[in-house]
Amino acid sequence: MIRVVLPAHLRTLARVQGEVQLEVRAPLTQRSILDALEAAYPVLQGTIRDHVTHERRAFLRFFACKQDYSLELPDDPLPEEIATGAEPFRIIGAMAGG
Amino acid sequence: MSGIRVLVGTRKGAFVLTSDGKRKDWAVSGPHFAGWEIFHLKGSPADPNRIYASQTSGWFGQVIQRSSDGGATWEPVGNKFTYDGTPGTHQWYDGTQHPWEFKRVWHLEPSLTDPETVYAGVEDAALFRSTDGGQAWEELPALRAAKGHLWAPGAGGMGLHTIVFDPAHPQRMYIAISAAGVFRTDDAGKTWRPANSGLKSPYELPDPDAEVGHCVHRIAMHPSRPDVLFMQKHWDVMRTDDAGASWREISGNLPTDFGFAIDVHAHEPDTVYVVPIKSDSEHYPPEGKLRVYRSRSGGDEWEPLSKGLPQRDCYVNVLRDAMAVDTLDPCGVYFGTTGGQVYASANGGDAWAPIVRDLPAVLSVEVQTLP
Repeated sequence: MIRVVLPAHLRTLARVQGEVQLEVRAPLTQRSILDALEAAYPVLQGTIRDHVTHERRAFLRFFACKQDYSLELPDDPLPEEIATGAEPFRIIGAMAGG
Repeated sequence: MSGIRVLVGTRKGAFVLTSDGKRKDWAVSGPHFAGWEIFHLKGSPADPNRIYASQTSGWFGQVIQRSSDGGATWEPVGNKFTYDGTPGTHQWYDGTQHPWEFKRVWHLEPSLTDPETVYAGVEDAALFRSTDGGQAWEELPALRAAKGHLWAPGAGGMGLHTIVFDPAHPQRMYIAISAAGVFRTDDAGKTWRPANSGLKSPYELPDPDAEVGHCVHRIAMHPSRPDVLFMQKHWDVMRTDDAGASWREISGNLPTDFGFAIDVHAHEPDTVYVVPIKSDSEHYPPEGKLRVYRSRSGGDEWEPLSKGLPQRDCYVNVLRDAMAVDTLDPCGVYFGTTGGQVYASANGGDAWAPIVRDLPAVLSVEVQTLP
């Protein structure tokens, strides 16, 4: 099982508390994680990536293992620590500034 | 005794305000969807317990919420708004053509007869319809064929913000778009034509009489007289007596004819309300005095209504979707401000009192008169 941390607003929308745990088929990538997440919580479709193009929404970021994976390709492999559940895959709302 | 439910959309959530028919004591429920922008929420005329809400966020995009118990509980429904076919392009700020891109739902208009059918006006301007209670959305693409390539966004975005059904002609509908104008269909959306003849925009358009491009802020109809429409344009308050075939100005003695909101008394088709705003560059009331203006003659002659409203140092705005009326007798009138107040009058506008004072900036106000 992998661990996914959602921003507070998406936890409210998905009606979950704390981290989400998901079974994700290998290879572990952004796309496979988001596919599994949206399958488990269909209400999140369109809130993280576009319904059709699957482009990441502009003001969301993907962090893991102290790295920003937001600009990596969606099918690039993610670290083993995420696959083992040692580290969570974090979906972050970008800072609003101000 | 009848009751009133006021549905308030704000920059940071939705609020439901309820009262009995006296409209004196109010209960406030919310925030619902706390922290999200709620552009609009509206109840079904066919089933007042069915309410739809547009929930948006710069981070997370569009969500549509639906209630089947009058706003006590909500469930998210479909949020996939995909333009029909190849989306095509519209005019852009630099004169080039720009692809249509969905941004948010500005306005939800439930069908007059079917609680499961609801229309959505979106930015970039287009009209969508759901016939399954908001689960699936389908564009009515013929609207954008009505010279859509000439539409251009104003500074506030190119949003379809007004949807008006003609109760006497079920196939007829009007929509209005910021910086594009009014469009009418007589065949339930299969074809559309611009309905802007008589509008003049000398400060905004190179051709003041252009067929499209006028920045219409809001249109309103009394259901007993559907060929008469009232309009608050960017500048000018207008009226048509022939279902949009021609418009004439009725600004009359208003202190300024700029504004956003306009509505019609529930029982007097010639009684119209507007909230004059100083100018397009100063979005607050003239002289710092918040005044609703009422015409009892269908326009041209207006009287200020100020009892109970702040008459000094008031610099709020009243947005296009933030005024509504109930159908009790006497008619109740309601509006919300960007300062977070929702004001109500239980006597047709003669006197006002705030229902709430300190909400986030109010984006929309709708009223349900409950049996």
